[in-house]
Amino acid sequence: MAGTGWDIDRAATALLECEAGRYDRGPITEEWPELDYDTAYAVQDETLRRRLARGEKLIGVKLGLTSRAKQKRMGIDVPLVAGLTDAMLLPAGEPVPQGKLIHPRIEPEIVFILGRDLEGPGVSAAQALSAVDLVLGGAEVIDSRYRDFKFTLPDVVADNASSGAFVTGPVALPADGLDLALEAVLVEVDGAIVDSATGAAVQGHPAEALALAVNDLGRRGKKLEAGWIVLTGGMTDAVFAPPGSSVACHFTNLGSVYLHGGPAADAADGAGA
Amino acid sequence: MDAEARSRAARALLEAYETGKPIDPLIDANPEMVLEDSYAIQLIQIEHRLAAGATIKGHKVGLTSAAMQRQMQVTQPDFGHLLDDMFHLENSTISAGTFLQPRIEPEVAFVLRRPLTGPGVTVAEAAAAIDFVLPSLELIDSRIRDWKISFFDTVADNASSGGVVLGSTPVGVQDVDLRRSGCVLYRNGEVVGTGAGGAVLGSPITSLAWLANTLGARGVTLEAGHVVLPGSITASVPVTPGDTFSATFAGIGSVTVRFAPDAPEGK
Repeated sequence: MAGTGWDIDRAATALLECEAGRYDRGPITEEWPELDYDTAYAVQDETLRRRLARGEKLIGVKLGLTSRAKQKRMGIDVPLVAGLTDAMLLPAGEPVPQGKLIHPRIEPEIVFILGRDLEGPGVSAAQALSAVDLVLGGAEVIDSRYRDFKFTLPDVVADNASSGAFVTGPVALPADGLDLALEAVLVEVDGAIVDSATGAAVQGHPAEALALAVNDLGRRGKKLEAGWIVLTGGMTDAVFAPPGSSVACHFTNLGSVYLHGGPAADAADGAGA
Repeated sequence: MDAEARSRAARALLEAYETGKPIDPLIDANPEMVLEDSYAIQLIQIEHRLAAGATIKGHKVGLTSAAMQRQMQVTQPDFGHLLDDMFHLENSTISAGTFLQPRIEPEVAFVLRRPLTGPGVTVAEAAAAIDFVLPSLELIDSRIRDWKISFFDTVADNASSGGVVLGSTPVGVQDVDLRRSGCVLYRNGEVVGTGAGGAVLGSPITSLAWLANTLGARGVTLEAGHVVLPGSITASVPVTPGDTFSATFAGIGSVTVRFAPDAPEGK
């Protein structure tokens, strides 16, 4: 560490400054090759501590890298976990906050609301599912502080797993009787279907992703709390959401989530309204 | 292409079925090829098969997903014929040598209760013509080497048809939301694809209407009792000998196909 001038504090500052200033940067690991997985979580923890210190409230977690194919590429076998604060909430109908994000992309997700605390290790998918009070459809607006979303595993862990903003859907159902492996989503961009997937794309089942995440958090002495929101991970590849675009995520049982990119630049210029 | 060139291409494809040896893309030797050439070449092969005793059991629609159409640089699907010897029973084991380079696609198969004659068939009429829905796995295959197909090649090659395995639980078309319902494809127990029915042209029923109208323009009617494979819900997955594939469809059920473990001769 000594040779590079980097430490946890400096990495946290660099990432939060990118976020506040809406500019991207190269991977921190290029400048700080010693940044490993566990240190990266310490950086993420420090960014969260600073978010809370400026008045944001921790309201849940997002899981990242929940597809086995992506995990294999990144060399891990558990999802990433990152904190969600109330500042990331996007009320239904609001446009993607282009003014706060660098290069937002949208991913459809199955969302859990926890009915009780969940603490690993040793939590099974069945036990994790039994802690879920309600299931919703949702869409996450991911963003990365790294140029072109190019990063290594420690980089993305430090960067709060590319968190940006998120919106939850109109239907909240108890998990009983829902087969989340078969719960599908159809993604439309500007009225054209571009992709589809089911919950099985998320670690085989979103509750499997939750169990793996809770057990990994347990290893780091942390737990999930009753009432928290859990974004269980992107079901499809992310789609771009530039100004003027609209994205709809149609779920089998969880309703449709609509997002729009805000007014197109030329309309905003000429409208004068 | 003149009649002679079309007939030569059809013979080359028929021979590939018999020898199990794929051929070069037709477009290489026939750069002037257009879509009408491709369908004519397909039809020559089907007529040859019918003359030899085969019967038509239905049709398939291909290139129905945004991803596939992007890949093939087309904005329209294509269709192929399903013949009686392409249907395999769910519990039988398929010897890998049956196909040249098979891939699997999960589909919601339609069985028609009454004939559908386009053009002018609406989605409403298409839905009303469906007797029931079955879970299915299509075994696509290509007689073109390494799947190096252009749009014209795949159309000429019976839309890259190979075989069909139908599940045996009929479900009413009104009992399931075909657009929003999910499908998971497993290979040897591992998830290899997921999707929603709407990945097929927005809905598999839209695909049926497209087929009826496209065939109608050629004077062909979809017959009662015939099977229509409207298009794959996920990306296709390659088959290796010994594989077992299962697809589960929300509200419709599941279907399984097994391939014999022995490597096919000549591979």
